[in-house]
Amino acid sequence: MEILWLLGIPLAGGLLLALFGGKRYAAELNSLTSFATFAASAVLTLKIISGGPMTAFNEQFFIDPFNVFLVALTAFVGFTTSLFSRPYMRIEEHHGKLSHNMLRLYHSMYQLFSFTMLLALTTNNMGILWVAMEAATLTTVLLVSLYRTPASLEAAWKYFILCGVGIAQALFGTILLYFAAEKVLGAGGTALLWTHLNAVKTDLEPTVLSLAFVFLLVGYGTKVGLAPLHNWLPDAHAEGPTPISAVLSGLLLNVALYAVVRSKVLVDGALETHFAGNLMMGFGLLSVVMAAFFLSRQKDIKRLFAYSSIEHMGLMTFAFGMGGAVATFAALLHMTVHCLTKSAIFYAVGHAAQNSGTQIMDSIRGLIKTSPTIGWGLILGTLAILGMPPFGVFASEFLIITTAMHEHSWATPFLLVALGVAFAAIFGKVQPMVFGETESLRLPHPPALLPVFVHLGLVLLLGLYIPPYLADWYRQAAALLG
Amino acid sequence: MTLAQQLINLFAALLLLISFAMLSQRRVLTLINLFAWQGLILAISAAVVAWTSHQHHLYYSAGLTLLLKVLVLPWLLHRLIRKLQIKWDVETLFNIPTTMLIGIVMVVFAFNLALPISALSATVTKSTLGIALACVLLSFMMMITRRKAVPQVIGFLAMENGLFFAATSATYGMPMVVELGIALDVLVGTFIFGIFFFHIRETFDSLDIKHMEKLKED
Repeated sequence: MEILWLLGIPLAGGLLLALFGGKRYAAELNSLTSFATFAASAVLTLKIISGGPMTAFNEQFFIDPFNVFLVALTAFVGFTTSLFSRPYMRIEEHHGKLSHNMLRLYHSMYQLFSFTMLLALTTNNMGILWVAMEAATLTTVLLVSLYRTPASLEAAWKYFILCGVGIAQALFGTILLYFAAEKVLGAGGTALLWTHLNAVKTDLEPTVLSLAFVFLLVGYGTKVGLAPLHNWLPDAHAEGPTPISAVLSGLLLNVALYAVVRSKVLVDGALETHFAGNLMMGFGLLSVVMAAFFLSRQKDIKRLFAYSSIEHMGLMTFAFGMGGAVATFAALLHMTVHCLTKSAIFYAVGHAAQNSGTQIMDSIRGLIKTSPTIGWGLILGTLAILGMPPFGVFASEFLIITTAMHEHSWATPFLLVALGVAFAAIFGKVQPMVFGETESLRLPHPPALLPVFVHLGLVLLLGLYIPPYLADWYRQAAALLG
Repeated sequence: MTLAQQLINLFAALLLLISFAMLSQRRVLTLINLFAWQGLILAISAAVVAWTSHQHHLYYSAGLTLLLKVLVLPWLLHRLIRKLQIKWDVETLFNIPTTMLIGIVMVVFAFNLALPISALSATVTKSTLGIALACVLLSFMMMITRRKAVPQVIGFLAMENGLFFAATSATYGMPMVVELGIALDVLVGTFIFGIFFFHIRETFDSLDIKHMEKLKED
């Protein structure tokens, strides 16, 4: 029942906003819908915490501690981003960048995007998971090109084609998975249900599953932004409206990684080797190193943080690839803190860019003078994402690196060098933006910075103290993933 | 080998031929017609598989394919190129013979990749999995070699055709709910591509994607 609410609210909101999305109250309606979705996710979470995993609607939906934590996170960040988007889009409208119809499209697609991500997370059917991931691309592609500038059109086209081709590989992987499952479970609707697959995973044909996993990893990995398939990511992040950059980085990448991890559990069961994990570690490590070295060459602030997202997604993929209780725990924690921190940074970056009228970092200066809250938000967010203690990112990165030292010590130097390079690149660029000299003016509408500090507060809390029920929850999820 | 098996092999061969034809076809209009033919063969082969294997849900997916890929999508694409006034566009393609040769290498590669899986397949259509994979790779190649937006999108749709053929040939089709979802995605995707064409044309005055190669790391 809760699932119906969880999925129904954003879907209905999306349709409603398709009609009224251009009205003056549309932004409030958008936030209200997202809040209702968040409330539904909270109810669902409480139910799972007390009652354990459950399936619903003829086993078409499946909720366990792993995905319910992502559902709650997705709904929460969806809600805070809608709060941020209200003044942000007003200012964009004020600057004459958006028309009435564009806002209608934006609000409607925002809700439909939430719907597709929640569907991808809650569905039990690996086929529907694919459909929802593809639909998530479709809903965001017109948002990336919302401003209709040449660069934004190019970014959206690249996003569409690359993710479309990538996700087609994932469909082939899903077909192979079904092919293997059908032999054990028989043809028909149940052979793609994850719970059924998980029950018989040791009987699935290993050669087919290893090939399937390669396709699934390449396919969903394109959406995670794993190198060398990451080309769409910096462009799409830099050219779209900032609230979309925030949800792409904070949420979509997580959901795509979720799809990879779900597949990995099945393949691990069938293969009894570390094949899937090794592949993920390879792709993850490559992404971390590649992204770190691209960071220093960036001129656009949103591209800078997009590359930082690639780096962090690589780190998570690496940690999930290592497997084991500690690494998986760390990866889940990193998923949470990265999502919260990165969206907070994008909120601050969005307003900073509006304030200076450009996204070029050399032209953004002295944020702390024009708007102290934006300045502090950006510098604190940057310190958090770079893994400075006492923020939560430090805790998760520390866990990942110590585990890597124990189990795969060859990888540690790469990780440490990459993190060091990333630190130097990002901090060196953000510091003058915040503390330099400036004479730009204030914004026409007061910016919404409450979400920034709420997110950073949560990340700080997770760094200092993880509440026992949350730790339990992560442990349960980690145990499920093995 | 029964008649049905021979028929399915024949259709598979035709699909592969059409994929090669699309790879080398320079006219947009002909490309769309080839795409429609590919859809038709796909629908007939799905129906034949349904008939021999008594998998009734495959009749529905054959019908769905017929509706979507032979009627709706080609109609949409025809309308699009008429509105964009590129109906008689001819694209300059470089090195068609080289492209074809690489295509043949891809087919060999696809067959080798599919070999261990085909050996496991119990369906009447197992020998066709390699062809399905080859169609996917050829469409992929078509997307890489094209410099215009519309042919790229047709390549994208042809890739989906190849995947559908893989699903019917290896497993007697995916569960119905998944197939409906995929069909919906393809349809919505085509609409969005259509909207995109107009935006691209408005901004760049052409549908050549060479205008869209500015965002690079320097």
